[in-house]
Amino acid sequence: MITSAGMLMLAAFLASAVEAVEALTVVLAVGVTRGWRSSLIGAGTATLALAAVIAACGPALALMPIDTLRVIVGTLLLIFGLQWLRKAILRAGGYRALRDEDALYRAELIEAQGGETTRRAGMDWYAFTLAFKGVFLEGLEVAFIVLTFGTSQGSIPLAALGAGSAFVLVVVIGALVHQPLSRVPENAMKFAVGVMLATFGIFWSVEGTGMVWPGADGAILGILVVLTLVSLGLVALLRRMQQARQALQTANVAGMGA
Amino acid sequence: MAYLKHFLLFWYDFIVGDDWMIAAGVVMALAVSAVLARHHVNAWWVMLVAVVVLLAASLWRETRPSR
Repeated sequence: MITSAGMLMLAAFLASAVEAVEALTVVLAVGVTRGWRSSLIGAGTATLALAAVIAACGPALALMPIDTLRVIVGTLLLIFGLQWLRKAILRAGGYRALRDEDALYRAELIEAQGGETTRRAGMDWYAFTLAFKGVFLEGLEVAFIVLTFGTSQGSIPLAALGAGSAFVLVVVIGALVHQPLSRVPENAMKFAVGVMLATFGIFWSVEGTGMVWPGADGAILGILVVLTLVSLGLVALLRRMQQARQALQTANVAGMGA
Repeated sequence: MAYLKHFLLFWYDFIVGDDWMIAAGVVMALAVSAVLARHHVNAWWVMLVAVVVLLAASLWRETRPSR
């Protein structure tokens, strides 16, 4: 139980940290180019909207029978987690580019500079909308994880605490350094979150069907180990395939030149 | 109508993402598990095996040389 609670907090913390880093890039770019007031109000409003979503949906989810909840939430969490894990494996294996916060920051700067200036009631609504959208869309994934993970584990406050502390940490660091946090190992964090979401998704969806896991809650650790090893194995395999493909391309180019 | 379409597409992309076959496979594995559970077969491993196979197959489809 302690392990489950720890993993719940860790998953919410890591997911929130990753998304907060991405949202920070948008808000910084908008704030630097369009002014801080409208950007911060946009970001703050989005944060409040996300909190309202969690506050409204949490109690509604908690009313469902636990087995039904676990099947539905476990399945959603599993599909959602596999999406994160799949992307993280492709990035780690060299088949997709790693997210570059500096490049994205520059692109956001250009977009924010080129936007129209609509000022009403002392607000730059273009800046407000960009900041709101950036924070709300990135935060929606965290809200989803907090809601699904928290409800199934019976502790939305614990998940919200994990997510909230990561959010505060990223905001404080962002305010101090005043530039995008490009050194955060985002892909490794996404990999870890993907594995954890998929682990709990498998555990809960199967438990919801009425089956019993060997070792009860201890099975969570077993699933986690299996998924981690399989995922790391897939990363290694993809890296080897990518190296072989590059070697073949180099040999072909050399052959054409000869 | 366009708003509803955008709304549904957003949630499809949000939950299902790039590979719908993973979502379809997970739902099928869940259905198999539910049927087995109804017949008192404790096949907890079905979903775990399905996830490993679905993940590997999805990565293979994305990275195969013909793409």
